[in-house]
Amino acid sequence: MAQTTLLEAIRQALFEEMERDPAVVCIGEDIGVYGGAFKVTAGLLERFGWERVIDTPISETAIIGAACGMSYLGLRPVCELQFVDFIACCFNQLTNFVAKSFYLWGAPVPMVVRAPSGGGVHGGPFHSQNPEMYFAHTPGLKVVYPSTPYDAKGLMKSAIRDNNPVLFFEHKALYRRIKDEIPESEYTVPLGKAAMRREGRDLTIATYAAMTHTSLEAAAELAKEGIEVEVLDLRTIQPLDTDAILDSVKKTNRLLIVHEDTRFGGVAGEIAAVVFENAFDDLDAPVRRVTSLDTPVPYSPPLEERFLPQVYDIVAAARELARY
Amino acid sequence: MTEAAKTVTPEQQLDLYRYMLLDRIVEETMTKLFRQNKIVGGLYSSLGQEAISVGTTYALEQRDWIAPMIRNIGGLLVKGVRPRDIFTQHMARYTSPTLGKDGTSHFGDLKNLHIVSPISMLGDLIPVMTGVAMAGRYLGQNIVTLTWIGDGGTSTGAFHEGLNLAAQQRASLVLVIENNQWAYSTPVSRQVPIEHLADRAKAYGCRAFIVDGNDVEAVFTTAREAVRLCRAGQGPVVIEAKTMRMRGHAQHDPAEYVPKEMFDYWKQRDPIESYERKLVAAGVLTGKIKKEILDAINAVIEEDRAFAENSPFPPPELAETPVYHEGPLPIEPQWKRPVAEVTPPRSSVKSEWNVSGDGDFQADAIEPATSKSPGDAAASVGARHGVPHKSAADPLKNATPKRNGAGRASAKRASKPAVRSRGRK
Repeated sequence: MAQTTLLEAIRQALFEEMERDPAVVCIGEDIGVYGGAFKVTAGLLERFGWERVIDTPISETAIIGAACGMSYLGLRPVCELQFVDFIACCFNQLTNFVAKSFYLWGAPVPMVVRAPSGGGVHGGPFHSQNPEMYFAHTPGLKVVYPSTPYDAKGLMKSAIRDNNPVLFFEHKALYRRIKDEIPESEYTVPLGKAAMRREGRDLTIATYAAMTHTSLEAAAELAKEGIEVEVLDLRTIQPLDTDAILDSVKKTNRLLIVHEDTRFGGVAGEIAAVVFENAFDDLDAPVRRVTSLDTPVPYSPPLEERFLPQVYDIVAAARELARY
Repeated sequence: MTEAAKTVTPEQQLDLYRYMLLDRIVEETMTKLFRQNKIVGGLYSSLGQEAISVGTTYALEQRDWIAPMIRNIGGLLVKGVRPRDIFTQHMARYTSPTLGKDGTSHFGDLKNLHIVSPISMLGDLIPVMTGVAMAGRYLGQNIVTLTWIGDGGTSTGAFHEGLNLAAQQRASLVLVIENNQWAYSTPVSRQVPIEHLADRAKAYGCRAFIVDGNDVEAVFTTAREAVRLCRAGQGPVVIEAKTMRMRGHAQHDPAEYVPKEMFDYWKQRDPIESYERKLVAAGVLTGKIKKEILDAINAVIEEDRAFAENSPFPPPELAETPVYHEGPLPIEPQWKRPVAEVTPPRSSVKSEWNVSGDGDFQADAIEPATSKSPGDAAASVGARHGVPHKSAADPLKNATPKRNGAGRASAKRASKPAVRSRGRK
């Protein structure tokens, strides 16, 4: 088994799904000859041709709308948004057209919207955001946000085969930083299932995407102090694996939620509510959150560092919770 | 268009007449239902615009796709939707196509009639129907898609993004701009600084026709020509149909902002009454035939109205039905071409751009941009009744994907991955 980056894992998933199913087509800006801004679609055009790797004008609304129309004839389009920040440009198509199609008139929309997301690379306020909650809040959309190459590949395959619109967030800071051994044989990872990254008895950290790795670093620090932290990687935000969260909370009796999204209206609030409603008696401490600040993502490195949750933020919050 | 392309047979004439009449009677029936408080939400009238929905949809084949807006009940009827579906939709009944989850013309049919449901946000259907056309081409189905937009909707971003993508893709999309002169209470002159909305098409390098939207035969023959062009791979085609909205935006709106003289003028141009006079004069329509048509329509209307009124509202728990689809898709891809054409290795290409002339341009060859004189505008009005308004330039001409890698490569693939690609364009 070879060491594979998260970026390469996604590329493999696209490649293999396009090989497997001629209904899968890719559509987006600069994805063909150029291979995408981050090169995720590199090589697809050579292999699958112009009809299946469709370069578009800079028109996010048209990309999403056209993909939706293609899906009505049974195709499975995979859209690339150059950066997920630009998803705001097609918010209406996604939330009003795509998301409501099945519920209102019974027309499923099997499409994937994949996009580089997240901060930590000094991309500034318009190339660093985590807008997953706008869409997790919209009934009808699924939201996937992997943290490892293995998951990214398996989840992408599931997303493409899913008969619903799936937003697939690809954390750009993880693209080349995280490597995994990926089996050569075919596999998928189901949507809606969290993964336990580290077992522990004292405290649960529920997190996802890049913060999974930050949380694991914090957990290693905390272990030196004798605090054994359980790190649960949610992997998909919608549907949310509430069973896995509740099981872990019932075991550790303490919950810290960590996300790179901003605080107000982040998924931490939803998770806390689910835990209060279902496992209040199991809690030995209040639920705590470590999140980004409720500001735009600032550009300059010291500002962005302050904006993003850091290992020491998580360690401090976990330490306090463990001693509560 | 040639004279032959303008030919409409007596059978077609009676069909056009029948569908316009059906449309009007369906909508009149709903106005009565609205006044009886039986319509749950708003009711939007296409009074005076029936020729556009009917004439354009009548130019399509069964395999083709439409996406209606709120004033395109006529299109739905031509496509084969029964009046009962329109009544039950407006009355929010459990027997409606959306089971009461949405109203008005907001319903579709993927499998049989090929109708995409609209949403209330204007312009969104244009990229969607572009996508349907792209998928149809990919699958080898040779279908044409058709949707409508009002004069007001041409100012949305989705209109421009959608039309541009359609033109760039050469999508087989017929886009009908239904210029009824009012976007809710705002006249066209306060929306855009141009006289003809069809002029928009020129900027996207696609064909446009301007047609009298109250002349059903002109609408039909123009749409038929547009469909023919699209089917031949020369889409998209824009049709601007000039007409007049003879009611307010919806039933609640008395449209007092419309000058009375304007209503009076357009009342004289009623598309159904004028067509009836024409068909009677031509001996195609007789009193006997008209009675047969009316009797048949009224029988269906009566049956369907009763059906709708006797239909139950949906059970409350229906609200909790899933927002996600489990199980197989209602439509699997219907391939009408060899799949091998799109699967490796036959699909494989050398990925490089061919930029003709190194992107150079001849400055003296470019005409200076001049503002249109009123004379120019009058000239394009002369393009009514199906004369091509603008010829198409090839938007792909200057940067064409090269299929077999012959010739020189002006832009090689970047060899270094952009690790921190940041700046966007």
